[in-house]
Amino acid sequence: MAIVEIRWHARGGQGAVTAAKLLAEMALQQDLYFQAFPEYGPERMGAPIQCFNRLSTEPINIYCSVDNPHLVVVVDPSLLGAVDFAAGLVPDGSVLVNTGEDLGHLQQRFDLAGRKVYAVNASGISLETVGRAMPNTPILGALVKILGLIPLEKAAAYLHDYFNEHFNADLAAKNVQAFERAYGEVRSA
Amino acid sequence: MSKTMAIVGTDAIAEAMRQIDPEVVAAYPITPQTAIVEKFSEYVADGLVNTQMVKVESEHSAMSACVGAAAAGGRVMTATSSQGLALMWEILYVASGLRLPIVLVNVNRTLSAPINIHCDHSDSMGARDASWIQIYSENAQEAYHNVLQAVRIAEHPEVRLPVMVNLDGFIISHAVDRIDILDDAPVREFIGEYSPAYPLLDVANPVSVGMFDGLYGYFFEAKRAQEASMEKAMYVIQQVGEEFGQRFGRPYGLWEEYGLEDARACVVALNSACGTIRTVIEAMRQEGKKIGLLKLRVFRPWPGQELVRVLQHFPVVAVFDRALAFKGGHGGPLYTEVAASLYEAEKRPLLANYVYGLGGRDLSVSMVRQALEEIWQAAEAGRVASRVNYLGLRE
Repeated sequence: MAIVEIRWHARGGQGAVTAAKLLAEMALQQDLYFQAFPEYGPERMGAPIQCFNRLSTEPINIYCSVDNPHLVVVVDPSLLGAVDFAAGLVPDGSVLVNTGEDLGHLQQRFDLAGRKVYAVNASGISLETVGRAMPNTPILGALVKILGLIPLEKAAAYLHDYFNEHFNADLAAKNVQAFERAYGEVRSA
Repeated sequence: MSKTMAIVGTDAIAEAMRQIDPEVVAAYPITPQTAIVEKFSEYVADGLVNTQMVKVESEHSAMSACVGAAAAGGRVMTATSSQGLALMWEILYVASGLRLPIVLVNVNRTLSAPINIHCDHSDSMGARDASWIQIYSENAQEAYHNVLQAVRIAEHPEVRLPVMVNLDGFIISHAVDRIDILDDAPVREFIGEYSPAYPLLDVANPVSVGMFDGLYGYFFEAKRAQEASMEKAMYVIQQVGEEFGQRFGRPYGLWEEYGLEDARACVVALNSACGTIRTVIEAMRQEGKKIGLLKLRVFRPWPGQELVRVLQHFPVVAVFDRALAFKGGHGGPLYTEVAASLYEAEKRPLLANYVYGLGGRDLSVSMVRQALEEIWQAAEAGRVASRVNYLGLRE
């Protein structure tokens, strides 16, 4: 398998860096090779941030930013008009957006005609399950679905253990619910 | 024999320190090293190690405490970066002059000003003449292995010099990567017990350490002996690297080669850049552009003669530097060393220097590609268009 390169666009405080790290840890469960790293800058709540993943079946020894991603994840829909989220996207690359917006409308609004676009209302799912807007877990669910490298039950089990260890059983159950809902609800065009 | 983990580079270093279980760690936090000491102090608090953790008010004090503890006869470690290493400066020379086998992990970060917390090699390159052994690591896996070996190298009776293990700040220290952590028991067996040569705490055999030597003492002889030990370190580093390979399946030498056997140009570089360079070389070799990589692991002692034997066969040698020496346009510190050694060569390759990544400027695949295409053209044309080049510089 060639290296899959992922670039995340989010705002500080949305948990994108944690989601990228969780993806790496889930990849380890599948005996894959991986990297997860943020763009290192000042950490400010609400400011645009980027982080990155690389995934492969072979060892990865490239140590620089992802300039030509195969997949771009936009965790905050307000970034769509604020940053050049599709910069350097490879020709057959795709975009995953946290939005409830109609996909055709989205493609038109951001000149994404001909691009594979995925959308999931991660913020909405998170509000309904976890009770606050933490889009990172549901968007990770959608991403895991799109990648097709990690089985749902394994990813959900890992997520459960992570939240149970770092928080509590209640949050673990709610986050797994958010994760699974997004896994099922992600739409594509 | 090992467990595979998804952890950041600083955690891998903290794991090595846990397994080494040094008697004393004295450290002061500085970005990007901080997470190492944070993690290690958790191990101390949880009773996973027997280390006496000395919290100090500066890096100058950290290295001073290390010197005291090592002179007392302890196995001693510390970690720092950038300004922290700079603040240790005068004590670095005391540590090596007193022949104390302290192991320091330096998470490479540039030096101010302007203030910048990101990676380049200005910190360790500035300390290159402090008589510390310097080992460089491409990734966290290597950094972890290098820290384990550093203890053996530093404490070897023929060496007894402090060792600095370097890894790239943020790029490696703060990235989650797949790391194999070896089992504790075989690691501890490899590291072994430390028996200090002249410990201060050996009250039956009292010694004085660091006395005034003066004009009629043996200062000059002591320094010459220090230089001789640095020479011996060259062999000890290789022995320890070989033994590490026998025990754990991954041997280490003075450098690692990629594609040198049929290359017409050779790139010399340190640390994480080597991974990206190797990836680009791999692609270019498939197009018939035979370039090779010599990933240098040991910068001090300087393996000059050994390098000349390998490098003199290439029409072109290109050296990548993540630091400047401010000589006035004559290239970076690694280039300077390579060029000086090649004076002894029977056949001198054409030389080029690429300065890159200062203050954390990303070394992208396209930048490396651009440099390697130039290097390949130089090999084809038999001349180097520009000696000192700045890669990714905004002009």
